[in-house]
Amino acid sequence: MQYDAVLYSRILTEMTLAFHILFATIGVGVPVFIALAQWMGLKHNDPHYLLLARRWTRGFTITVAVGVVTGTAIGLQLSLLWPSFMEQAGQLIALPLFMETFAFFFEAIFLGIYLYTWDRFKNPKTHLLLLIPVVIGSSLSAFFITAVNAFMNTPQGFEIVNGTIMNIEPLKAMFNPAVPTKVGHVLVSAYMTSAFILAALAAYHLLRGRQHVYYKKALRITLIPALVFSIATALVGDLSGKFLAEYQPEKLAAAEWHFETEGEAPLLLFGKLDEEQNVSGAIKIPFALSILAGNLPSTEVIGLNEFPADERPPLYVHYLFDVMVTLGMLLIVIALIYAVLSKWKPKKMYNKWLLRAVVLSAPMSLIAIEIGWIFAEVGRQPWILRGYLKTAEAATASPHVGTMLVAFGALYVLLGVGAVIVLRNMFKNNRAEDELAARGDSYVA
Amino acid sequence: MSLELLGISVLWIFLFGYLIVGSIDFGAGFFSLYSDWTGQKHILHKMIQRYLSPVWEVTNVFLVFFFVGIVGFFPKTAYYFGSALLVPASISIILLAIRGSYYAFGTYGSKENKVYSFIYGITGVLIPASLTTVLTISEGGFLAIDKSGVHLKLKELLTSPYSWSVVLVSLVSVLFISAAFLTYYARQAEDNKAEQLVRRYTLGWSIPSVAAGVLVFYALRSHNPEHFARMADVSWMFVASLVFFIAAITLFYKQRAYGVAFFAVVMQYFTAFLAYGISHYPYLLYPVLTIYDGFTNKTMAIYLVVAFIAGLLLLIPALYLLLKLFLFNRKYVKGME
Repeated sequence: MQYDAVLYSRILTEMTLAFHILFATIGVGVPVFIALAQWMGLKHNDPHYLLLARRWTRGFTITVAVGVVTGTAIGLQLSLLWPSFMEQAGQLIALPLFMETFAFFFEAIFLGIYLYTWDRFKNPKTHLLLLIPVVIGSSLSAFFITAVNAFMNTPQGFEIVNGTIMNIEPLKAMFNPAVPTKVGHVLVSAYMTSAFILAALAAYHLLRGRQHVYYKKALRITLIPALVFSIATALVGDLSGKFLAEYQPEKLAAAEWHFETEGEAPLLLFGKLDEEQNVSGAIKIPFALSILAGNLPSTEVIGLNEFPADERPPLYVHYLFDVMVTLGMLLIVIALIYAVLSKWKPKKMYNKWLLRAVVLSAPMSLIAIEIGWIFAEVGRQPWILRGYLKTAEAATASPHVGTMLVAFGALYVLLGVGAVIVLRNMFKNNRAEDELAARGDSYVA
Repeated sequence: MSLELLGISVLWIFLFGYLIVGSIDFGAGFFSLYSDWTGQKHILHKMIQRYLSPVWEVTNVFLVFFFVGIVGFFPKTAYYFGSALLVPASISIILLAIRGSYYAFGTYGSKENKVYSFIYGITGVLIPASLTTVLTISEGGFLAIDKSGVHLKLKELLTSPYSWSVVLVSLVSVLFISAAFLTYYARQAEDNKAEQLVRRYTLGWSIPSVAAGVLVFYALRSHNPEHFARMADVSWMFVASLVFFIAAITLFYKQRAYGVAFFAVVMQYFTAFLAYGISHYPYLLYPVLTIYDGFTNKTMAIYLVVAFIAGLLLLIPALYLLLKLFLFNRKYVKGME
């Protein structure tokens, strides 16, 4: 394979982000559930919820560590692999990037305090309060960094006069049109994914024959919020469709293989595309694309042929979009079945098939996050800064990206395998039942 | 004060902060490993863990803050340093990543593990060595800049006496700063055995730290005479640094007032680092980039400064709380909580 700095830079960035996003998602979502469990535990004086909070926290320390170090990696790689991009975008979007560091700093301090003060305060509620800055810090981090990504999709807040950047408005750049839907989608999907991951852990133990009410409570405290957040993710996703139709129509058109501008546009699921833009074998939902784009069947949706050929995203994003949406829908169904059974058929709520589906919901939601991000990034191509700077013009000219690709690949294998082994050992030899028994199954402050 | 100068001063202070907290962390890792080799692990390990556990992530953020800040205030650095540093900076990132995550794996995950503590100790000396490449390169002479971009002259870097003198001073300083802090911390913990051991390390690394510093002067004189001449202009600051050093060593030797002694070490490095920074001014990268031509636009600079002040108002109380609960809490330090 011919050495290609741009291609290798893209692969390396993709690899780092794909690895980091798993841990970042957990980092944003899991503190919310730790707080929820601890709050329930204190409110009802229930040792099960309190132990849940403790055990989730222990696992969380490992994922946070990997999240921190890979976050540092991507922070530096932006300058190392995309020096021209950072040189230009730095003048426009440095503000949220800078503030992200503060938000993370804030989170790291309070997380450190939280971890080491479990039994230190006379009033246990004080300890719970420490999670508030952790949750705020991690969600704000997500907000700021997503704002930077949003800016790459809908840059604004500056003018280009004779090749120089002028009249810069940092706040306008930061609160660009892509921010509300993007940040919304990132946050609620992170809460959703974390809920499903934690639920899957409980479901796994129930499937393996553990009967303790601890696991049932764990399932309840995660799957009910999972239902709420998965529906919220879909609703924000719908708003994202409307955003794309207005501000980034080529991305929506590529996702939908929608070539000619027209109203009453159908939504195509999967299928095959030939050279002449003919789609075969797709599931066709009449008017659905028009409704997604503007709430009315008559809404005119801009087609891909309106854009020059060299400014169109690759068409395989269609499959990414479809897989993401399909997974999202399946996740709603899983959480919904649990909620319905628990309300009306509680005897059936721990049946094996449902538990198996809940176990699967963890990889499903993680895959949906990955695919969603690949769709978001590839769907912006060929641009790194839409309308201003193409990805190919922004990459480093270094001849060593290939070597770095191999080195970082090895690093992520090392970190991934290490994290899995450590997490397994952490809980395998220390069952929740034993820990509860050791604590006398009653909460001692 | 111009915005450019304000920006670089803020970043310089954060870099100095990282120099201190990073050194403590890196050195502690190495001492932990070294004490294992010499069969003294039981003396040091627990104390080091008590200090590091709640703060390691915070240490890391200082570094992130610096590089995000410098790209924010001086976007051109992303172009020059970003293009040139792909290999050395990637090595640093990989080492930092392994170190940070394996620290967490070892501390929160399994019990004792030789591999983890080996990785932790070795990266403690490799990371400072690789990070200092950035400062070395900023002296100029190691980059080829042409139309195709900016390229690092790796051979020149690896064969330059200046480059190696900087590596040496960073290693020795890391060990000296870390040992000095741990001596102070051990006394706080009323851990006499540990105190005696790390005090010996402190005294042992004290003279080499100054000697390595002198070596850097000599190497710089031939590598970048202009910078060397400017350094001579602020030589009084280096004298001040030496005075702080002597004060620190006297106190450590007499086993008195370790808090003051460690503070003197911090001041020793602060004055020297500041003098280095002032004489480096106005260059970010000799001779092609100054803080004036690499600066971001004025609007963004003002926003960044405002964000910075707001951020500090949030962070300082939080950091104070962290220090109060762990570093300055006798019960915690002694291992009673």
